[in-house]
Amino acid sequence: MAKGLTAIVFVAAAAAAGWWFTAPVRVDPEDYVDLVGVPARGEVVFHAGGCASCHSAAGATGEARLILSGGRGFASDFGTFHAPNISPDPEHGIGGWSVTDLANAMVHGTSPEGRHYYPAFPYAAYARVTPQDIADLHAYLTTLPAAATPDLAHELGFPFTLRRGLGLWKALYLKDGWQVTGDMDEVAARGRYLAEALGHCAECHTPRDALGGLDRDRWMAGAPNPSGQGTIPNITPAKLDWSEADLIAYFTSGFTPDYDTAGGSMADVVSSLAQLPEADRAALAAYVRRLKPIE
Amino acid sequence: MFKGMTVTGAVLGLAILAGAASGQDAAQKALADATKARQAQMQLYAFNLGLLGGMAKGEVPYDATAATAAAGNLSSLAQLDQSRLWPEGSDEMGVEGSKVMAELWANMPDAMAKGADLVTAAAAMEVAAGTDLASLQAAMGALGGACGACHKAYRVPSN
Repeated sequence: MAKGLTAIVFVAAAAAAGWWFTAPVRVDPEDYVDLVGVPARGEVVFHAGGCASCHSAAGATGEARLILSGGRGFASDFGTFHAPNISPDPEHGIGGWSVTDLANAMVHGTSPEGRHYYPAFPYAAYARVTPQDIADLHAYLTTLPAAATPDLAHELGFPFTLRRGLGLWKALYLKDGWQVTGDMDEVAARGRYLAEALGHCAECHTPRDALGGLDRDRWMAGAPNPSGQGTIPNITPAKLDWSEADLIAYFTSGFTPDYDTAGGSMADVVSSLAQLPEADRAALAAYVRRLKPIE
Repeated sequence: MFKGMTVTGAVLGLAILAGAASGQDAAQKALADATKARQAQMQLYAFNLGLLGGMAKGEVPYDATAATAAAGNLSSLAQLDQSRLWPEGSDEMGVEGSKVMAELWANMPDAMAKGADLVTAAAAMEVAAGTDLASLQAAMGALGGACGACHKAYRVPSN
């Protein structure tokens, strides 16, 4: 009898611990309360973060990439995710969000209602974004056109529909710190911030394990294309012999050294990178050349 | 007599089959030829872009005359009559080596608009290339964007 009671208490405690362990995490509002966002700086954060690549409507080009109505579908091993509306529309978009709401989303993958976001939203990278950049991005996003487009539901199979389980995923795969370390001049350090925090390059260029976490031992060494067509290339110096000038030209115009062009999702990425200051494209190029060579 | 008719019939049948096959071969060859011609045109784009891009990167000294000539070639290439270059069926499934997605033929007006954007970008490069290096560098982005827009929409991802 007493033994049975102990077992029940134990199971209940384990369940409670599990529930607590998988609870969504939030930022400390104190880190954001004094920040003043500057839209012009936020525009750089926006383009470096590649927000438009997912949150604009499918096929959008030019100015239409600034209408963040969402809706694009992203196939994965777990189902198809649809990017939500993050335009300033108060009902369908994120017009009602504070800076800390945006910070909770980007740094911890936590929604204003306290739910986990799926990591198709690359918070595993955005977790490194500075509070000031988030405040600036928030200020810029409010200047963009509102779109009254309702979100599409993700199309996922069980058990991936259980968002609480994402708490476990986060515990396994959300990591602090930088992947590329060692001596860094200011340019390469800026490039690392652009690539590992904002640009989330590794989300496509690094392979994933069975649970969808990045295999950090093969950082930027290429991966299958989640869309199922072809592969995402290895961009470490073991496979990519482009010079820094080649990389800068590619980030600016999309032209490869053979004067082919970026295709697929990378064409969208280049559309964003082309909007960055030249110095940031050079910083990204310096970072790519410093990646550890992996065959 | 009966046997002779059978043989004649069989020969006739074989001849018809062979005729159909050679008709099919000819149609397939036309698709393959168009694919090769498209790819040759793409190589000519790349060859001329190579000079402009080399100048933009600082690998080749800027020369207004040479740059204008290369940009002029791009402009001419973009304006070639392409009515025989894109026969339906010359997509990735229809021709070995083709990387065009069948979606192109389902969206012809959009593909044509993208082609017109390239003509515009090449014309802008023609002016820029003869102006100075900074103008040439600034015009590379729009040119790359015009090429990439069609590749992104209608080319099978290659890597």
